[in-house]
Amino acid sequence: MLSVSSSPHVRAREDAGRIMRDVIIALVPALVASYFFFGIAGIMLTAIACIAALATEIALLAWRGRKVDHAAVYSALVTAVLMTFCVSPLVPWWMVVVGAVVAIGIGKHAFGGLGHNIFNPALVGRAFLMSAYMVPMTTWKLPDGISGATPLAHMKIGAYDKLPSLWHLALGDIGGCIGETSAILLLAGAAYLLVRRVITWHVPVAYLGALAVFVWIFGGTTKGGAGLDVHVFNGLGPMNLGAIPVHLLAGGVILGACFMATDYVSSPMTPKGMIIFGVGCGILTGVIRIFGGYPEGTSYAILLMNMTVPLIDRATMPRLFGARRLMKKKGAA
Amino acid sequence: MITFRGGVHPPAHKGLTDELALDDAAPPAVVRVPLQQHIGAPAKPVVEKGAAVKLGQTIAEPGGFVSVPHHAPVSGTVKAIKEYPHASGRALLAIEIENDGQDTPADELEPMPDWRAVPVEALRDRVRAAGIVGLGGAAFPTHVKLSPPKDKPIHTVIINGAECEPYLTCDYRLMIETPDAVLVGADIVRRCVGAERVIVGIEDNKPRAVEMMERNARDLDKVEIAAVHTKYPQGSELQLIRAVAGAELPKSKLPMEAGVVVQNVGTALAIYEAVVGGKPLVDRAVTVTGPGVVSPRNLRVRLGTLCNELIEQAGGMTPDVGRVIMGGPMMGLAMPGADVPCMKSTSGLLLLLRHDLVSYELNPCIRCGKCETHCPAGLATARIGLAVELGNIERAEALAVLECIECGCCSYVCPARRPMTQLMRVGKSKVLKERARRKIGA
Repeated sequence: MLSVSSSPHVRAREDAGRIMRDVIIALVPALVASYFFFGIAGIMLTAIACIAALATEIALLAWRGRKVDHAAVYSALVTAVLMTFCVSPLVPWWMVVVGAVVAIGIGKHAFGGLGHNIFNPALVGRAFLMSAYMVPMTTWKLPDGISGATPLAHMKIGAYDKLPSLWHLALGDIGGCIGETSAILLLAGAAYLLVRRVITWHVPVAYLGALAVFVWIFGGTTKGGAGLDVHVFNGLGPMNLGAIPVHLLAGGVILGACFMATDYVSSPMTPKGMIIFGVGCGILTGVIRIFGGYPEGTSYAILLMNMTVPLIDRATMPRLFGARRLMKKKGAA
Repeated sequence: MITFRGGVHPPAHKGLTDELALDDAAPPAVVRVPLQQHIGAPAKPVVEKGAAVKLGQTIAEPGGFVSVPHHAPVSGTVKAIKEYPHASGRALLAIEIENDGQDTPADELEPMPDWRAVPVEALRDRVRAAGIVGLGGAAFPTHVKLSPPKDKPIHTVIINGAECEPYLTCDYRLMIETPDAVLVGADIVRRCVGAERVIVGIEDNKPRAVEMMERNARDLDKVEIAAVHTKYPQGSELQLIRAVAGAELPKSKLPMEAGVVVQNVGTALAIYEAVVGGKPLVDRAVTVTGPGVVSPRNLRVRLGTLCNELIEQAGGMTPDVGRVIMGGPMMGLAMPGADVPCMKSTSGLLLLLRHDLVSYELNPCIRCGKCETHCPAGLATARIGLAVELGNIERAEALAVLECIECGCCSYVCPARRPMTQLMRVGKSKVLKERARRKIGA
């Protein structure tokens, strides 16, 4: 039997399922690292969140009468992994279940399911947990077994002597969320995604670059940890290049810049739009970290920028072929 | 290297046929010449059932200015003028001729070996009388392109040897086997439009064609061979002009607005044969290829030969063929069957296997933006697709859906497997219908 359909009759290998699978593969090194730093908890919590997210996704698709396809399943898994990556390894198991249900249910399906969500679902889940269970969400485990503060929290209160070395910040054997601490392994995962052309450089480079510039201009931290009024430029103050690596390597900004702000659905579509989006994320992260009352700014920065995407998309249409440079006359040879 | 924005890099698959010389396909016992073979009005038959015809005799005359005559591809007897399956999937009128095997020539067209002394008007008339249309696939009547209005001076003739569709190699073979004839054809075009120079654009993955054409162009004045970037759709007229002449024309503008005329390699050869040899367009080069063909070939085919017969001459189909395509995989036409005649626009027959077939579904857009960054026309394809899906034709029109060149890049890259190109086509036709309705209403 011959089949007939509209051209083209061939297609590129990439499909949504394969792309999501690549994202999961890229996140595995950071998950393995968390095992060495925090023990089995991170892996267990991630598994539990995956089951909860999958169950929620399938239940909601069934209820809405939609088909369960690869793209939906893999994207639910990506959401679950990313959400678990940005909670403390000390949270109880039921909390990631709540987070996963909120991420898939409210973050994604309330807007119409895959492709229609305005916000990054993983960050919706995380933001909910943060506001509902503040204390467990900000109680940290250090790799040596005792609990303590994250590097950004040390920065916030000016306890620079307690900052780990840049090497430890990059390696990730420091306090923090399950999957955010190892900058090196996250960057390796991002490199894999770049090579596989799942993501482009635009969002991560714009994001991290804008944060670096912001931190350089406005200083590495505030003293006292409160709002604008007590902001004092201190030892890591303005025009201090030393604050830049600390801010880039500590906290969740690499995870956010490479894996969350690059989410197709909730980020702009054109390269120009992606750069604007990334710069906005970087500036907002800097504002929250330096002027806000809260040491980490990545997730709220991305959520806030998610809201601007329709506007950015509208402002950054592709340039129509032949629209501006009409007929560059080539005279007689 | 200068090129255009966007585009894709599908696997080329040229290795199946690129080393195979063009062979003459066996003339069929019966040919069926469709009256509709090109853009514009269909031709009108001038022979009747039972008439004896000679090879090259005019059997149908142009149906308007944008139309050309058709000629008998064999000598023999007209058996019928009736509806016959057509590549478009419809049944359309065709002239059926029984081949007497003699190839008795009609000699309607006098050879013009000293064409440089022939008035330009006569050259144009000859191109039309020989029934020549663009052989790259679009089949636009060539004489129209050779008649630019006086206020549009033409400075450059671009010969399109890009052949960017995967699998197809017939233009490549023409450039290797008859480069001199192609260049003379280009020179005839240059004279017709009064241009100063000729540029032949060839994708840089065909170094042998570049070399052969360069060697033959060495002694010619003002002929350049330009190796262009290998990227689909480099052979699309607008994209090729962008690459070799630096002019970026919107789809609504004709190339002559930029002082350029583009002709395909095969068309240039047909022009040479018609002018210098007095031969009307009765055959063309066709690549019969794909994983579904037993021994792929490049064939010189009498127009009106059934595709089935060509596939037989290429060893037949493998049992797991799932789709027969006239043309290449990116823009070719999938046919319900292979019992349709070859036409002037038939550049290839591509047989794909059942398990290689791709399906497209109206999945949700995941907003990856790949279709927009790969669109050579610079369209906001993702947004147009959504607008068409939601029935918002005004928005599709505002987003310039009519500028779509239907190259297929958007469908090719879409990870959600959305039928992007189809959405563009639907959008275009709805916009045009809406415009027509408005006109009538006003």
